[in-house]
Amino acid sequence: MNAQRNSRPTGASSAGEIRATFEGERISCAPGASVAAALIATGKRGWRETRTGATRGLFCGIGVCFDCIVEIDGESGQRSCMIPLTEGMDVRAAQGPGEAPHAVAAHAGAAPEAGAAAEVRTAAEPSAGADPNAGASPSAGAGPSAGAEQTGTDA
Amino acid sequence: MSAPQAAPEPATGAATQSVRAAKRAPHVDVAVVGAGPAGLAAAAAAADRGASVAVIDSAEQPGGQYWRHRSETAGAPERGEYHHGWGEYLALRARFDAGVAAGRITYFPATSVWMARALPGANDTVGSAGATDGTSEPRATGAPAAGAVAAARFALELAPAYGGGASEPRAIRTAALVLATGGYDRQLPVPGWQLPGVMAAGGIQAFVKQNGMLPGSRFVIAGTGPFLLPVAANITQAGGSVAAVLESASLAGWLPRAHRAAGVPAKAVEGAGYVATFLRHRISYRVRTVITEILGTDHVTGVRTARVRANGEIVAGSEREITGIDGVGLGWGFTPQLELPLQLGVATRVDVDGSLIGVVDETGRSSVDGLYLAGEITGVGGAPLSVLEGEIAGRCAASAVLGDAATVTPAERRALARNRGFAEAMHLAHPVPTGWAERLTPDTTVCRCEEVTAGELGHAHEELAAEDLRTEKGLTRAGMGWCQGRVCGFAVSCLSAGAGGIGAAATPDATAAEASLAQSAKRPIAQPLPLSALRDLGELGELGEGAAL
Repeated sequence: MNAQRNSRPTGASSAGEIRATFEGERISCAPGASVAAALIATGKRGWRETRTGATRGLFCGIGVCFDCIVEIDGESGQRSCMIPLTEGMDVRAAQGPGEAPHAVAAHAGAAPEAGAAAEVRTAAEPSAGADPNAGASPSAGAGPSAGAEQTGTDA
Repeated sequence: MSAPQAAPEPATGAATQSVRAAKRAPHVDVAVVGAGPAGLAAAAAAADRGASVAVIDSAEQPGGQYWRHRSETAGAPERGEYHHGWGEYLALRARFDAGVAAGRITYFPATSVWMARALPGANDTVGSAGATDGTSEPRATGAPAAGAVAAARFALELAPAYGGGASEPRAIRTAALVLATGGYDRQLPVPGWQLPGVMAAGGIQAFVKQNGMLPGSRFVIAGTGPFLLPVAANITQAGGSVAAVLESASLAGWLPRAHRAAGVPAKAVEGAGYVATFLRHRISYRVRTVITEILGTDHVTGVRTARVRANGEIVAGSEREITGIDGVGLGWGFTPQLELPLQLGVATRVDVDGSLIGVVDETGRSSVDGLYLAGEITGVGGAPLSVLEGEIAGRCAASAVLGDAATVTPAERRALARNRGFAEAMHLAHPVPTGWAERLTPDTTVCRCEEVTAGELGHAHEELAAEDLRTEKGLTRAGMGWCQGRVCGFAVSCLSAGAGGIGAAATPDATAAEASLAQSAKRPIAQPLPLSALRDLGELGELGEGAAL
């Protein structure tokens, strides 16, 4: 089935479309529509890879599940279902939770270059309370091993 | 329609410097968390009463999930075609906007409350449930002089709902607090539900309402409850198609309680509208039918379905396959969002639908002095009940602070009883079906964030004596990921207790499952927030002299 067939917003002309990029590729949607809407309008169904390599896209649609997270203008862990697309937004695929470096420096300071430096910066502000691996997160009470290193799941 | 006035600029992205300069947490009579049906009504009612009100909501514009709509600032016309009760929204919104214009209501959109706490030393009694046996007479022994703001009883710590930085202000202090945080779709795992294209039924609806487009073209909607019907209707309205709506319950569950539905005629009218829509679009509506597996490789392409008996067994020979779809919507009722009430220590109970809810009296007062709850967090019952509860709670919270007497009218009392009766009948007729746990395969993903399988959870339960969610979490990481167990918490609670359900679908192990559910709902940080919001946490310890809004 073609996801694009019904993806044209009803009642909206393409004249006033908001234009941005996902991994450098052009995405667009009607004003006020979400980043997720722009990704879906471009024909994408999934845009995040989990640590096991599975693809994820929208699930709860209302900011609860975090399946749809992307990186927006260098800010990691952003829920694409919650955030309206704005002109020129630089949207990137999220790093899998097992792959991103868990630096907790307040800010990487110098303008990040491509590659490693950019990764450090994106990890600078993980969402406390959501990312159990954020060492500085005060979510220790959230679970018996919140803040612990990744443990094997075959226990 | 005439578009509501543009919402104020979101209070996000402010320079940290100016926030530090302020160093004061604004101080109001009544703070309302949530701007959905209950929160909007509570804010309007409290403002009408003369209270100073702050409304904090994570969305860009008022309406909550139920009345989520196209962006008001983008100039897209919102005619309410995807909504029920849009006229009621506009009326509530007009009162809300009037309160904002008059300076009675201060609105903080795109803002999350990540922590709520009671302030020490607030000795005056603003009112709590229980002691007065449901009367609505306020016990405002410490009522302030006219014009003054009552002593602050709660502090709410704020953060931007998305993006980085800190919110401005970073905290709010309030004499009375109305929590109207709503809920989200309850989920049960099914093999293949992690495939892209599979969504919460409510998520499909929210997507249509906000974006005016669909996240796919042909869908199967499955789960239980009347809520599946408007989701399917919205899909056809937006130009998509629905291959089938699969309802796990037998609608015979309504028969013994049909009089309760008759007491709420609007529901029957709404239902008749869906029947017409389904006939017009030739949507197949199958009862006692569930999805047994979702098919696809990189995204959903089909589902396997089967009819089930009341005991959860699959009817032999009833298996079918629906292909040619690119979307699935799943919903098994709703989970109330209880983080903030639990942080403040409210008394809770498990409702007939298996949801953990806050205990309140008829005015919405909880077991905590000065804390009122309204909407789905007092029992899932839909928007009209939420509006009614919000109206009463907002009015009574304001009254308790201002020291005058608000009452629940006989008409409101009757409407509450009718709507709650309907909600209970709905929950009993649409239980979480038994048998879902048996249909999981060992490699079925249960915790989507941490990718924990049913096999891993079963192993921890059977071999390592994990009999509650907390232990399962420690052993398997289920519920420890991004969503903090919001999606899998119900299922893991049931599985870890060896129960197929909680509440009306109770098995002998339901009590253990309920205790486990309460554990899963406790989240010391209620909403995700950037670490930058915590950078100067020391300052939050001293809220300073409050500046009245």
